[in-house]
Amino acid sequence: MTASIRPVVVGAGPAGVRAAQTLVAAGLRPVVVDEAPAWGGQIYRQQPPGFTRPKRALYGFEVTRAKAVHAAMAAIRDRVDYRPHTLVWNAEGERLDLLSDGRAATLTYTHLILATGATDRVLPFPGWTTPGVYTLGGAQVALKFQGCGIGRRVAFLGTGPLLYLVAYQYARAGAAVAAVLDTAPFTAKLQAAPGMLRLPAVFAKGLWYLAWLKARGIPVRSGVRPLQVEGEARATGLLWREGTRERRVACDAVAFGYGLRSETQLADLLGCRFAFDALDRAYLPVRDAAGRTSVPHVYVAGDGAGVMGADAAERAGERAALALLQDIGTAVDGARALHLERELGRIQGFRRALERAFPVPADWAANVPDDLVICRCEEVRAGELRAATREAGAREMNRLKALTRVGMGRCQGRMCGTAAAEILAQACDTAPEAVGRLRGQPPVKPLPVALARHVEPEEVGR
Amino acid sequence: MIERLVTPVAIVGGGIVGASAALALRRMGLAVVLLERDFCGSRSSGVNYGGVRRQGRPMAQLPLAERAHRIWARLPELIGIDGEYVRSGHLKLARSEEDLASLEAYRERAREHGLDLEIVAGHAFRARYPWLGQRALAGSLSPEDGHANPRLVSPAFARAAARLGADVREQTRVDEVAHDGRDFVLRCGDRLEVRARFLLNCAGAWAGAIAERFGEPVPMTSGHPNMAVTEPLPLFMDVNIGVEGGGIYGRQVARGNCVIGGGQGYGLDAERARPAREAIFALLVQAAELFPELRHAHVIRSWSGTEGYLPDRDPVIGFSTTTPGLVHAFGFAGAGFQIGPAVGEVLAELVRDGATPTPIAAFSITRFTGAERAAQPAAAAPR
Repeated sequence: MTASIRPVVVGAGPAGVRAAQTLVAAGLRPVVVDEAPAWGGQIYRQQPPGFTRPKRALYGFEVTRAKAVHAAMAAIRDRVDYRPHTLVWNAEGERLDLLSDGRAATLTYTHLILATGATDRVLPFPGWTTPGVYTLGGAQVALKFQGCGIGRRVAFLGTGPLLYLVAYQYARAGAAVAAVLDTAPFTAKLQAAPGMLRLPAVFAKGLWYLAWLKARGIPVRSGVRPLQVEGEARATGLLWREGTRERRVACDAVAFGYGLRSETQLADLLGCRFAFDALDRAYLPVRDAAGRTSVPHVYVAGDGAGVMGADAAERAGERAALALLQDIGTAVDGARALHLERELGRIQGFRRALERAFPVPADWAANVPDDLVICRCEEVRAGELRAATREAGAREMNRLKALTRVGMGRCQGRMCGTAAAEILAQACDTAPEAVGRLRGQPPVKPLPVALARHVEPEEVGR
Repeated sequence: MIERLVTPVAIVGGGIVGASAALALRRMGLAVVLLERDFCGSRSSGVNYGGVRRQGRPMAQLPLAERAHRIWARLPELIGIDGEYVRSGHLKLARSEEDLASLEAYRERAREHGLDLEIVAGHAFRARYPWLGQRALAGSLSPEDGHANPRLVSPAFARAAARLGADVREQTRVDEVAHDGRDFVLRCGDRLEVRARFLLNCAGAWAGAIAERFGEPVPMTSGHPNMAVTEPLPLFMDVNIGVEGGGIYGRQVARGNCVIGGGQGYGLDAERARPAREAIFALLVQAAELFPELRHAHVIRSWSGTEGYLPDRDPVIGFSTTTPGLVHAFGFAGAGFQIGPAVGEVLAELVRDGATPTPIAAFSITRFTGAERAAQPAAAAPR
């Protein structure tokens, strides 16, 4: 009966790889579609061919897990239909629209596991569009993939575990770390410590990064507020406020971010029901403990379903694949499924503590100056968003988009949507969930007009 | 506690037609309540292609279109913004000799209605529009037609009406409509009841339900235009483009984005629509052929909407034949944006005077219901 089952996994990070592996173990041959040239996802991204840095240097403490995920995919390589370098730009009627190397193709599925990952949560501040300013994730990709840093002397800003991890990785790679500036107060970490002890090893790792950075005399500050990136053609320094004092470091690059946000466009295009998640401060696809969405045969796993990190992603990928197998009537190890759900619950508890330790600055939206560009693609400033609320009565995200162009550009709100929602909510004196979310529109990412159309052999005659 | 309003005129639908009617009524000094289930101008009126053209319309629509043309000239004065309205000209392309003959025939007929069109062909055509692909052989230019930004213009009509005192209720869905022999009674859940002598049915693709409610079913179907926009490009397209026989249309906005459309999307449910995969592909192929500059560009977004179509592709505008005080204005077949503001003024005249100087007989609902004549109540006195 499995011959008629055509599972597709979107994403080859920890969640996608474990999902594919689980399907293969049950005798299925999934299609694995991934935007990257090689499996591993963002966290375990592989270096390009010809680069020979050891995995230990690339992944640090995570090397064992990275190797395991890479090996898992390598082991099933011949038993999956693997499509690297391939973007899913649309999803409609149990078919995915693919784009690879300027060629378009359509892929049918009977069951779909979305493991689409996350990007940095961007909260702009003055000077953030200056050359030399990157997201934390972008800075990490430069290092992991291309083997280069974003600058020689880099300041790290924002909040979240990635802040300390990337700063550590840069320092290890030989870059000068000008400062590590956390917007969360130190007291938040103390209060969150008991909760973080749910995963003592992860907690210890975090403390270790912090101690390592401090031991090298790198300034690590808490409770800061960014003021300005200095420089025009290139960042030359970073100003911030600490209590009542203004401080400055010289740097030629800044990496910043405030945790992660899930990539949910495909679930949206497929009509999955969404609900506001207070922990992620974002609308996410509604899912059960196994990853089933409201749309039959569509599953979500990993950070694309709600940010929980790579370890959770591996378990969620496996659990979603087990759910798929259960749904097609294949016997699965029920104890294993329960075990995975319990593990995910434990990580979720840790995640709550993390959110307390690294809260998104609650005063961000209120303090953003009117002339700050929020939407880079369409050059929309905070003041225009506020004016649309004040003068045209906008109190919902799609309305705000229609009136101001915010989220209408190349990124389609993937980068600016979070910040715009926070500003709109603040301007309306309401909660972010009350302003709704941007409706997804294909293409998920820009699509060349001059597409070469490729018709899949199995599509002929349909 | 239910809120009760009594008003001479209630409008259902805050699209460009309903909102312009509200504005026109306020300018006449008549009180009006406008009920919009979502946000004003958030559906077809706000997500359409943005063409503002008279060229190509059936002859019967040209008097309305001419009236609208004069209103568009006063846009900032009326609604407080320019709405990115530009009189770029509208060029309708011929891809064959037959197309050209048909454009020439249209020009002759349009001239009788005061619309002057210029046929551009041969070397002059290539010299004037060097950015057009070779498949375009000639075109018919309507120099004063153009385009505007619908997501700015349509909501601004509603805001202008509200500024002049119209009671505009957004996110207010009308659940029940009845006529008690004297007034219309509209119920919006358990929140609001509106009583009105006049009811303007401006509910767009969803207006058929109200017409049917009063014994005037119409064979209206929904259409879902397929549209897309590119990233910003250097300006090259200095005129709004259509094609004889349809298939594709395109315009470039001041910011540089090219808005292109063609083909049909699909309805996701009763209220939402999406572009369709096949239509997107067909549109891209045609766009690359007709606008070679786009061959190196990217599409960053596609979208659709829901528009009401009647079999003859003309709208219904005018009094109901069954119910005094009921006035219909719907079924604009994807071409309501330009004439919307004129329809609004016409509706206001129908309410105030019981008649309008603009010919609308061709748009009577009787062409579908077979009834003899429209029921006209006594005109409303300004108050």
